[in-house]
Amino acid sequence: MFESLSDRLQAVFQKLGSKGILTEEDVREAMKQVRLALLEADVNFRVVKDFVAKVTEQAIGEEVTKSLTPHQQVIKIVHQELINLLGAENVPLQEARPGPTVIMLVGLQGTGKTTLAAKLALHLRKKGKRVLLVAADVYRPAAITQLQALGRQLNIPVYSEGTQASPPDIAEHALEHARKELFNVVIIDTAGRLQIDEPLMQELEQIENRVHPIERLLVVDAMTGQEAVRVAETFNQRVKLTGVVMTKMDGDARGGAALSVRAVTGVPIKFLSTGEKVDGNTLEVFHPDRLASRILGMGDVLSLIERA
Amino acid sequence: EKSRQGIFGRIAKLFANDDPITDELWDELEEALLQADVGLETTQYLVNRTLDRVNRHGVKKAREARDMLKAEMVRTFAEYAGQKRPDAKPYVILVVGVNGAGKTTLIAKLAHRYKNRFGKKVLLAAGDTFRAAATEQLETWAERAGVPCVSLGQGADAAAVVYKAIDAALEQDVDILIVDTAGRLHAKYNLMQELEKIRNIIARKLPGAPHETILVIDATTGQNGVLQAKAFLKAAGVTDVAVTKMDGTAKGGIAFAIAQDIERPIRYIGTGEKLDDLALFDAQTFVDALFAEPKTVKG
Ligand SMILES: Nc1nc2c(ncn2[C@@H]2O[C@H](COP(=O)(O)OP(=O)(O)OP(=O)(O)O)[C@@H](O)[C@H]2O)c(=O)[nH]1
Ligand SMILES: Nc1nc2c(ncn2[C@@H]2O[C@H](COP(=O)(O)OP(=O)(O)OP(=O)(O)O)[C@@H](O)[C@H]2O)c(=O)[nH]1
Ligand SMILES: [Mg+2]
Ligand SMILES: [Mg+2]
Repeated sequence: MFESLSDRLQAVFQKLGSKGILTEEDVREAMKQVRLALLEADVNFRVVKDFVAKVTEQAIGEEVTKSLTPHQQVIKIVHQELINLLGAENVPLQEARPGPTVIMLVGLQGTGKTTLAAKLALHLRKKGKRVLLVAADVYRPAAITQLQALGRQLNIPVYSEGTQASPPDIAEHALEHARKELFNVVIIDTAGRLQIDEPLMQELEQIENRVHPIERLLVVDAMTGQEAVRVAETFNQRVKLTGVVMTKMDGDARGGAALSVRAVTGVPIKFLSTGEKVDGNTLEVFHPDRLASRILGMGDVLSLIERA
Repeated sequence: EKSRQGIFGRIAKLFANDDPITDELWDELEEALLQADVGLETTQYLVNRTLDRVNRHGVKKAREARDMLKAEMVRTFAEYAGQKRPDAKPYVILVVGVNGAGKTTLIAKLAHRYKNRFGKKVLLAAGDTFRAAATEQLETWAERAGVPCVSLGQGADAAAVVYKAIDAALEQDVDILIVDTAGRLHAKYNLMQELEKIRNIIARKLPGAPHETILVIDATTGQNGVLQAKAFLKAAGVTDVAVTKMDGTAKGGIAFAIAQDIERPIRYIGTGEKLDDLALFDAQTFVDALFAEPKTVKG
């Protein structure tokens, strides 16, 4: 498992012995390997299907540049197409005018929302903003304590009303508080929820109606498999997402879920999050080329090809 | 809406009737398994094996082919089930897994089950001394489940917590001691070494322990799950696997590759965020659900 795509493609072309122009047979054989690589990287099955169809069409008849071998040529095409699909680099967070800018974090259980709330707060404070964190998860045991501990660690205030208040009320009161105290940014940490949990999805809509967050970020665990698309589609339908953040990128998951989510919803990937620690440089701005290489599991090979 | 219905909807239909077996059938079968995170390699292995059997047995009906595939999967799961468990008191259970998989919640459910269903005296150890409010989270659960919890708070040495908990378990005549650990990504060498150390400390303090080491896997996990399982098996000697968050739409298909790869049984299924939301793994139910229509609303 996880043999590199480059090795696999090399084997394909050795067998075919192609040069000059990529024939239909070349491309079809190569695309079997590409399909395998993408599925192993957790790119959604449907997305893989469309992608392979598109790239196949594009690659047949392509001239193989002198400086590249056929397998390198295929990788180059695949890589470029992945980059296109992943979308623009670095779509910045929007700012509300007049402020405060309200950011709401949503997602499945355990994806890293609370941790991200703290990381984002630090990130924005470094840009000179006054940030207020809002504890709107009243369900998970010690969720508020968790956010408060992180806030204390970073010296960022946390607005909380305990676990008896309703999250939409908490959000609204937090915004009033932020206006009065002249905070620039309000980050709402919501409870993790399944996209099929109707009462909790309604709760998100209520929060949205009450405080109109300009950023509604879906927090996705980099280890997520085929499910990512279904989750993202539903969250997007309910609260019109403005961005996606991939967490736990410090592991060895390829992160194909990010590609799937982007391809299916069109929502831009705004940050990649690495590490459990909330201080330091734990938020990476998103670079499509790097993520494409990671999905293909071949950083080094690619930089060689890019230079050719 | 149409595309979402697509794969699973068609499968169910194709297999429900007595249609002859076609190539398309195998493609659709493959699609269903891929969509459930079974993984391409495992999927092709399963489909090819079933194809073989179908040919050998002269099976003609689509529905029978499906049942053969399911039986193949159920049989594989069964191979690793039913191993003997040591008799020990205190019986120590170590719970491990990547960040946010559902370890702490599973521990609460296990405590509740052992206490209420089996009348056992349970003690919890707050071995995650790293994550913010991890100890408070476990303490809250302990209170709800009505079991005691040994905690030294955040920042304490996890080994010290384990030491203290084992002493307390021996002193208080505890039947079951369940140890929580900090979530860690399996690719992080230092953190995995630290886990190995915790395990060794438990073994030194109480020979034979931990008697059970449960790896917790989130049902939404993709192909990375196999790497997780291998790494945790190596560092912590996993004996059982729990798949959490099965109340969502994720099918947890990676569990199949995991069970096969590390040759361990899937033991528990997490089905929610409450103390009672725990089920024993049943291979047939799991495999049936893998091919079922996706759920849409929660009651
Ligand atoms: N390694 C790593 N761990 C992370 C990252 N982000 C979050 N975590 C860890 O993942 C686990 C879950 O993070 P939380 O921030 O509590 O996730 P959540 O989405 O708020 O969880 P719920 O509120 O229960 O839905 C914790 O152990 C975090 O330390 C990351 O980028 N890398
Ligand atoms: N829907 C659902 N949510 C679950 C299940 N099990 C756990 N959760 C939720 O998943 C999130 C993470 O659970 P935890 O038990 O804190 O996970 P953990 O592995 O201990 O996390 P870390 O200690 O941060 O690594 C929480 O919001 C839980 O309520 C389950 O079976 N179903
Ligand atoms: Mg949280
Ligand atoms: Mg925990």
